[in-house]
Amino acid sequence: MDQQVKISVDEQGRLRRRPLVADLVSKRDDALLVTGLGGATYDVAAAGDSDKNFYFWGGMGLTAMTGLGVAIAQPDRRVVVITGDGDMMMGIGSLATIASAAPSNLAILVLDNERFGETGEQIGLSAGCTDMALMAKGAGFETTATLSTEEEIGSLPGLLYKTPGPVFVVAKVAPGNDERVLPSTDGAYLTRRFRDAL
Amino acid sequence: MSWSEDVFKVLDNHEVATIATVPDAGLTGVLNLCENSETKKVVTLTTEEEGVGLMQGLWLGKQRGALLMQSSGVGNCINALSVVASTRTPCAMLITMRGQWGEFNPWQVPMGHATQPVMEAMGVYCYSVEQADQIAETFDAACGLAFNGGYATAVLIHQRALGTKVF
Repeated sequence: MDQQVKISVDEQGRLRRRPLVADLVSKRDDALLVTGLGGATYDVAAAGDSDKNFYFWGGMGLTAMTGLGVAIAQPDRRVVVITGDGDMMMGIGSLATIASAAPSNLAILVLDNERFGETGEQIGLSAGCTDMALMAKGAGFETTATLSTEEEIGSLPGLLYKTPGPVFVVAKVAPGNDERVLPSTDGAYLTRRFRDAL
Repeated sequence: MSWSEDVFKVLDNHEVATIATVPDAGLTGVLNLCENSETKKVVTLTTEEEGVGLMQGLWLGKQRGALLMQSSGVGNCINALSVVASTRTPCAMLITMRGQWGEFNPWQVPMGHATQPVMEAMGVYCYSVEQADQIAETFDAACGLAFNGGYATAVLIHQRALGTKVF
Protein backbone atom coordinates (compact mmCIF):
# COMPACT_ATOMS: atom_id res chain seq x y z
CA MET A 1 0.00 0.00 0.00
CA ASP A 2 2.77 2.44 0.95
CA GLN A 3 4.53 1.60 -2.27
CA GLN A 4 1.44 2.58 -4.19
CA VAL A 5 1.39 6.10 -2.77
CA LYS A 6 4.04 7.16 -5.21
CA ILE A 7 3.86 8.39 -8.74
CA SER A 8 4.98 5.75 -11.17
CA VAL A 9 5.09 5.28 -14.91
CA ASP A 10 4.91 2.28 -17.19
CA GLU A 11 7.71 1.10 -19.49
CA GLN A 12 6.72 3.77 -22.03
CA GLY A 13 6.88 6.56 -19.48
CA ARG A 14 3.10 6.87 -19.22
CA LEU A 15 1.57 7.70 -15.84
CA ARG A 16 -0.05 4.82 -13.98
CA ARG A 17 -3.47 5.97 -12.77
CA ARG A 18 -3.86 3.84 -9.65
CA PRO A 19 -0.78 5.12 -7.74
CA LEU A 20 -1.42 8.63 -9.04
CA VAL A 21 -4.93 8.63 -7.58
CA ALA A 22 -3.73 7.01 -4.35
CA ASP A 23 -1.22 9.84 -3.96
CA LEU A 24 -3.87 12.50 -4.61
CA VAL A 25 -6.38 10.95 -2.21
CA SER A 26 -3.71 10.80 0.51
CA LYS A 27 -3.38 14.58 0.19
CA ARG A 28 -7.12 15.35 0.20
CA ASP A 29 -7.33 16.80 3.69
CA ASP A 30 -11.08 17.36 4.10
CA ALA A 31 -11.84 17.70 0.39
CA LEU A 32 -15.06 16.15 -0.90
CA LEU A 33 -14.57 13.75 -3.83
CA VAL A 34 -17.08 12.96 -6.59
CA THR A 35 -15.98 10.17 -8.92
CA GLY A 36 -17.08 9.18 -12.41
CA LEU A 37 -18.39 5.73 -13.24
CA GLY A 38 -15.88 3.01 -14.10
CA GLY A 39 -12.16 3.33 -13.55
CA ALA A 40 -12.22 6.60 -11.63
CA THR A 41 -14.63 5.17 -9.05
CA TYR A 42 -12.45 2.05 -8.68
CA ASP A 43 -9.25 4.10 -8.39
CA VAL A 44 -10.63 6.27 -5.60
CA ALA A 45 -12.17 3.28 -3.80
CA ALA A 46 -8.82 1.47 -4.03
CA ALA A 47 -7.18 4.42 -2.29
CA GLY A 48 -9.48 3.88 0.68
CA ASP A 49 -13.22 4.28 1.13
CA SER A 50 -14.50 7.43 2.82
CA ASP A 51 -17.87 8.89 3.77
CA LYS A 52 -16.72 11.99 1.90
CA ASN A 53 -16.55 10.13 -1.42
CA PHE A 54 -19.54 10.00 -3.71
CA TYR A 55 -19.12 7.34 -6.37
CA PHE A 56 -21.07 7.32 -9.62
CA TRP A 57 -22.19 3.90 -10.88
CA GLY A 58 -24.27 5.24 -13.75
CA GLY A 59 -25.46 8.52 -15.23
CA MET A 60 -22.54 8.80 -17.60
CA GLY A 61 -21.75 12.42 -18.38
CA LEU A 62 -23.09 13.89 -15.14
CA THR A 63 -20.17 13.66 -12.70
CA ALA A 64 -18.89 17.18 -13.24
CA MET A 65 -22.38 18.64 -12.81
CA THR A 66 -22.86 16.79 -9.54
CA GLY A 67 -19.50 18.20 -8.46
CA LEU A 68 -20.84 21.65 -9.29
CA GLY A 69 -23.91 21.03 -7.15
CA VAL A 70 -21.81 20.00 -4.15
CA ALA A 71 -19.54 23.01 -4.69
CA ILE A 72 -22.49 25.43 -4.75
CA ALA A 73 -24.04 23.85 -1.67
CA GLN A 74 -20.76 23.69 0.28
CA PRO A 75 -18.88 26.85 -0.69
CA ASP A 76 -16.40 26.57 2.18
CA ARG A 77 -15.27 23.04 1.25
CA ARG A 78 -12.97 22.03 -1.57
CA VAL A 79 -14.75 19.76 -4.04
CA VAL A 80 -12.78 17.62 -6.49
CA VAL A 81 -14.29 15.65 -9.36
CA ILE A 82 -12.19 12.70 -10.51
CA THR A 83 -13.50 11.12 -13.67
CA GLY A 84 -12.57 9.53 -16.98
CA ASP A 85 -12.35 10.90 -20.49
CA GLY A 86 -15.50 9.13 -21.70
CA ASP A 87 -17.64 10.56 -18.90
CA MET A 88 -16.22 14.05 -19.36
CA MET A 89 -16.64 13.98 -23.13
CA MET A 90 -20.27 12.88 -22.78
CA GLY A 91 -20.93 15.89 -20.55
CA ILE A 92 -18.53 18.26 -22.30
CA GLY A 93 -21.20 20.95 -22.63
CA SER A 94 -21.38 21.10 -18.84
CA LEU A 95 -17.99 22.83 -18.89
CA ALA A 96 -19.78 25.96 -20.13
CA THR A 97 -22.37 25.64 -17.36
CA ILE A 98 -19.66 25.19 -14.72
CA ALA A 99 -17.41 27.98 -15.99
CA SER A 100 -20.37 30.37 -15.98
CA ALA A 101 -21.41 29.33 -12.47
CA ALA A 102 -17.72 29.93 -11.55
CA PRO A 103 -17.37 27.95 -8.30
CA SER A 104 -14.05 28.96 -6.72
CA ASN A 105 -13.95 25.71 -4.70
CA LEU A 106 -14.30 23.18 -7.56
CA ALA A 107 -11.57 21.32 -9.45
CA ILE A 108 -12.07 18.65 -12.11
CA LEU A 109 -9.47 15.98 -12.88
CA VAL A 110 -9.92 13.86 -15.98
CA LEU A 111 -7.93 10.61 -15.97
CA ASP A 112 -7.52 10.38 -19.71
CA ASN A 113 -6.52 6.91 -20.90
CA GLU A 114 -8.02 7.64 -24.33
CA ARG A 115 -10.09 4.48 -24.00
CA PHE A 116 -13.56 3.26 -23.05
CA GLY A 117 -12.06 1.10 -20.32
CA GLU A 118 -15.28 -0.50 -19.08
CA THR A 119 -16.41 -1.81 -22.43
CA GLY A 120 -13.31 -3.31 -23.97
CA GLU A 121 -10.70 -0.57 -24.35
CA GLN A 122 -12.19 0.91 -27.49
CA ILE A 123 -10.35 4.06 -28.57
CA GLY A 124 -11.99 7.26 -27.30
CA LEU A 125 -12.24 10.66 -28.92
CA SER A 126 -9.54 12.21 -26.74
CA ALA A 127 -7.03 9.88 -28.41
CA GLY A 128 -7.39 11.91 -31.58
CA CYS A 129 -7.61 15.58 -32.42
CA THR A 130 -9.82 16.55 -29.48
CA ASP A 131 -8.17 18.58 -26.71
CA MET A 132 -10.37 18.65 -23.61
CA ALA A 133 -8.31 21.24 -21.76
CA LEU A 134 -8.64 23.56 -24.73
CA MET A 135 -12.40 22.97 -24.72
CA ALA A 136 -12.46 23.89 -21.02
CA LYS A 137 -10.47 27.02 -21.81
CA GLY A 138 -12.99 27.93 -24.47
CA ALA A 139 -15.83 27.27 -22.04
CA GLY A 140 -14.35 29.89 -19.75
CA PHE A 141 -12.13 28.01 -17.29
CA GLU A 142 -9.24 30.31 -16.38
CA THR A 143 -7.06 27.49 -15.08
CA THR A 144 -6.62 24.50 -17.36
CA ALA A 145 -3.76 22.04 -17.84
CA THR A 146 -2.85 18.82 -19.59
CA LEU A 147 -0.22 16.86 -17.65
CA SER A 148 1.42 13.75 -19.03
CA THR A 149 4.88 13.28 -17.48
CA GLU A 150 6.26 12.62 -14.01
CA GLU A 151 7.73 16.12 -13.97
CA GLU A 152 4.49 17.82 -14.97
CA ILE A 153 2.35 15.85 -12.55
CA GLY A 154 4.09 17.44 -9.56
CA SER A 155 1.81 20.46 -9.93
CA LEU A 156 -1.36 18.37 -9.72
CA PRO A 157 -2.05 18.38 -5.94
CA GLY A 158 -1.73 22.16 -5.85
CA LEU A 159 -4.05 22.54 -8.83
CA LEU A 160 -6.69 20.25 -7.37
CA TYR A 161 -6.64 21.38 -3.76
CA LYS A 162 -5.30 24.94 -3.65
CA THR A 163 -5.66 26.87 -6.90
CA PRO A 164 -8.82 29.02 -7.02
CA GLY A 165 -11.46 27.26 -9.10
CA PRO A 166 -12.96 26.33 -11.29
CA VAL A 167 -9.89 24.31 -12.29
CA PHE A 168 -9.81 21.76 -15.13
CA VAL A 169 -6.93 19.30 -15.47
CA VAL A 170 -6.41 16.42 -17.86
CA ALA A 171 -3.89 13.81 -16.71
CA LYS A 172 -2.86 11.58 -19.59
CA VAL A 173 -2.57 8.07 -18.11
CA ALA A 174 -1.61 4.62 -19.37
CA PRO A 175 -4.41 2.41 -20.70
CA GLY A 176 -5.16 -0.96 -19.16
CA ASN A 177 -7.51 -1.99 -16.39
CA ASP A 178 -6.27 -2.22 -12.81
CA GLU A 179 -7.92 -4.55 -10.33
CA ARG A 180 -11.55 -3.57 -9.86
CA VAL A 181 -12.02 -2.32 -6.32
CA LEU A 182 -15.76 -1.97 -5.93
CA PRO A 183 -17.31 0.37 -3.37
CA SER A 184 -20.96 0.05 -2.37
CA THR A 185 -23.41 0.25 -5.27
CA ASP A 186 -26.23 1.36 -2.95
CA GLY A 187 -26.86 4.90 -4.16
CA ALA A 188 -29.20 5.83 -1.31
CA TYR A 189 -26.58 4.69 1.22
CA LEU A 190 -23.77 6.53 -0.55
CA THR A 191 -25.87 9.71 -0.62
CA ARG A 192 -27.00 9.54 2.98
CA ARG A 193 -23.56 8.87 4.43
CA PHE A 194 -22.04 11.71 2.40
CA ARG A 195 -24.66 14.14 3.74
CA ASP A 196 -24.18 12.86 7.27
CA ALA A 197 -20.41 13.34 6.98
CA LEU A 198 -20.78 17.08 6.34
CA MET B 1 -48.41 36.85 -14.12
CA SER B 2 -49.58 36.00 -10.66
CA TRP B 3 -48.92 32.26 -10.85
CA SER B 4 -45.22 33.05 -11.28
CA GLU B 5 -45.21 34.97 -8.02
CA ASP B 6 -47.04 32.15 -6.29
CA VAL B 7 -44.55 29.58 -7.62
CA PHE B 8 -41.70 31.78 -6.41
CA LYS B 9 -43.28 31.76 -2.94
CA VAL B 10 -43.50 27.97 -3.08
CA LEU B 11 -39.78 27.80 -3.90
CA ASP B 12 -39.11 30.08 -0.94
CA ASN B 13 -41.30 28.07 1.42
CA HIS B 14 -39.44 24.88 0.49
CA GLU B 15 -36.08 26.64 0.97
CA VAL B 16 -35.02 26.04 -2.61
CA ALA B 17 -31.76 27.95 -3.04
CA THR B 18 -30.62 26.96 -6.54
CA ILE B 19 -32.70 26.88 -9.72
CA ALA B 20 -31.39 25.00 -12.75
CA THR B 21 -32.90 25.77 -16.12
CA VAL B 22 -32.88 25.77 -19.84
CA PRO B 23 -35.40 28.61 -20.11
CA ASP B 24 -38.82 28.61 -21.73
CA ALA B 25 -41.11 31.53 -22.48
CA GLY B 26 -43.69 30.33 -19.98
CA LEU B 27 -41.10 30.25 -17.20
CA THR B 28 -39.86 33.79 -17.76
CA GLY B 29 -41.82 35.27 -14.86
CA VAL B 30 -40.55 32.74 -12.30
CA LEU B 31 -37.00 32.87 -13.62
CA ASN B 32 -36.90 36.68 -13.48
CA LEU B 33 -38.11 36.61 -9.88
CA CYS B 34 -35.38 34.07 -9.04
CA GLU B 35 -32.68 36.06 -10.88
CA ASN B 36 -33.62 39.17 -8.93
CA SER B 37 -33.80 37.36 -5.61
CA GLU B 38 -30.93 37.47 -3.15
CA THR B 39 -31.88 34.07 -1.79
CA LYS B 40 -31.65 32.16 -5.06
CA LYS B 41 -28.98 31.31 -7.56
CA VAL B 42 -29.97 30.49 -11.13
CA VAL B 43 -27.75 28.03 -13.02
CA THR B 44 -28.30 28.16 -16.77
CA LEU B 45 -27.64 24.75 -18.31
CA THR B 46 -26.29 23.66 -21.69
CA THR B 47 -28.78 20.79 -21.73
CA GLU B 48 -31.43 19.70 -19.27
CA GLU B 49 -29.86 16.44 -18.05
CA GLU B 50 -27.13 18.52 -16.46
CA GLY B 51 -29.84 19.82 -14.14
CA VAL B 52 -30.54 16.34 -12.83
CA GLY B 53 -26.83 15.90 -12.07
CA LEU B 54 -26.90 19.28 -10.35
CA MET B 55 -29.88 18.25 -8.19
CA GLN B 56 -27.87 15.20 -7.09
CA GLY B 57 -24.91 17.38 -6.10
CA LEU B 58 -26.95 20.04 -4.33
CA TRP B 59 -28.67 17.38 -2.24
CA LEU B 60 -25.33 15.73 -1.42
CA GLY B 61 -24.20 19.15 -0.20
CA LYS B 62 -27.39 19.59 1.85
CA GLN B 63 -28.98 22.23 -0.30
CA ARG B 64 -32.33 22.14 -2.10
CA GLY B 65 -32.69 22.79 -5.80
CA ALA B 66 -35.38 22.70 -8.46
CA LEU B 67 -35.25 22.10 -12.22
CA LEU B 68 -37.34 24.28 -14.53
CA MET B 69 -37.59 23.42 -18.22
CA GLN B 70 -39.70 22.99 -21.32
CA SER B 71 -41.19 19.57 -22.09
CA SER B 72 -38.80 18.97 -24.99
CA GLY B 73 -35.98 19.01 -22.42
CA VAL B 74 -37.50 16.05 -20.62
CA GLY B 75 -36.29 13.79 -23.41
CA ASN B 76 -32.74 14.87 -22.68
CA CYS B 77 -33.10 13.83 -19.04
CA ILE B 78 -34.11 10.18 -19.33
CA ASN B 79 -30.89 8.38 -18.37
CA ALA B 80 -29.96 11.13 -15.91
CA LEU B 81 -33.16 10.39 -13.99
CA SER B 82 -31.74 6.95 -13.20
CA VAL B 83 -29.22 8.68 -10.93
CA VAL B 84 -31.72 10.39 -8.63
CA ALA B 85 -33.89 7.24 -8.69
CA SER B 86 -30.94 5.11 -7.58
CA THR B 87 -29.92 7.51 -4.81
CA ARG B 88 -33.40 8.50 -3.55
CA THR B 89 -32.51 12.13 -4.20
CA PRO B 90 -35.29 14.74 -4.39
CA CYS B 91 -35.73 16.12 -7.89
CA ALA B 92 -38.53 18.69 -8.10
CA MET B 93 -39.32 19.74 -11.65
CA LEU B 94 -41.57 22.40 -13.13
CA ILE B 95 -42.22 21.80 -16.80
CA THR B 96 -43.98 23.97 -19.36
CA MET B 97 -45.59 21.89 -22.08
CA ARG B 98 -45.21 22.18 -25.81
CA GLY B 99 -46.81 20.06 -28.46
CA GLN B 100 -50.30 19.90 -26.98
CA TRP B 101 -53.52 21.79 -27.58
CA GLY B 102 -53.19 24.22 -30.45
CA GLU B 103 -49.45 23.75 -30.99
CA PHE B 104 -48.48 25.48 -34.21
CA ASN B 105 -45.14 23.67 -34.62
CA PRO B 106 -45.57 19.99 -35.48
CA TRP B 107 -41.93 19.23 -34.56
CA GLN B 108 -42.88 19.89 -30.92
CA VAL B 109 -45.67 17.33 -30.92
CA PRO B 110 -43.78 13.98 -30.63
CA MET B 111 -41.89 14.95 -27.46
CA GLY B 112 -44.88 16.77 -26.01
CA HIS B 113 -46.90 13.60 -26.56
CA ALA B 114 -44.22 11.48 -24.88
CA THR B 115 -43.28 13.76 -21.98
CA GLN B 116 -45.45 12.26 -19.25
CA PRO B 117 -45.07 8.60 -20.34
CA VAL B 118 -41.26 8.73 -20.44
CA MET B 119 -41.09 10.48 -17.09
CA GLU B 120 -43.41 7.94 -15.52
CA ALA B 121 -41.35 5.15 -17.07
CA MET B 122 -38.36 6.58 -15.18
CA GLY B 123 -40.26 6.64 -11.90
CA VAL B 124 -41.16 10.33 -11.80
CA TYR B 125 -44.48 11.23 -10.17
CA CYS B 126 -46.22 13.58 -12.61
CA TYR B 127 -49.00 16.09 -12.02
CA SER B 128 -50.59 17.78 -14.99
CA VAL B 129 -52.18 21.18 -14.46
CA GLU B 130 -54.57 22.81 -16.93
CA GLN B 131 -55.52 25.92 -14.96
CA ALA B 132 -53.10 28.66 -14.03
CA ASP B 133 -54.51 29.11 -10.54
CA GLN B 134 -53.68 25.49 -9.72
CA ILE B 135 -50.01 25.61 -10.72
CA ALA B 136 -48.55 26.86 -7.45
CA GLU B 137 -50.57 24.61 -5.13
CA THR B 138 -49.73 21.59 -7.25
CA PHE B 139 -46.04 22.50 -7.33
CA ASP B 140 -46.18 22.93 -3.56
CA ALA B 141 -47.42 19.36 -3.22
CA ALA B 142 -44.83 18.11 -5.71
CA CYS B 143 -42.00 19.80 -3.79
CA GLY B 144 -43.29 18.35 -0.54
CA LEU B 145 -43.29 14.84 -1.97
CA ALA B 146 -39.83 15.32 -3.47
CA PHE B 147 -38.10 16.76 -0.42
CA ASN B 148 -39.87 14.68 2.20
CA GLY B 149 -39.87 11.40 0.31
CA GLY B 150 -36.73 11.51 -1.78
CA TYR B 151 -38.61 11.26 -5.06
CA ALA B 152 -38.46 12.81 -8.48
CA THR B 153 -41.67 14.76 -9.08
CA ALA B 154 -42.85 16.94 -11.93
CA VAL B 155 -45.62 19.44 -12.50
CA LEU B 156 -46.52 19.61 -16.17
CA ILE B 157 -48.10 22.96 -17.02
CA HIS B 158 -50.54 22.38 -19.85
CA GLN B 159 -50.64 24.73 -22.79
CA ARG B 160 -54.22 25.58 -21.84
CA ALA B 161 -52.78 27.35 -18.81
CA LEU B 162 -49.93 28.98 -20.72
CA GLY B 163 -51.52 29.86 -24.01
CA THR B 164 -50.07 28.45 -27.20
CA LYS B 165 -47.00 29.82 -28.88
CA VAL B 166 -47.85 31.54 -32.15
CA PHE B 167 -45.71 33.35 -34.67
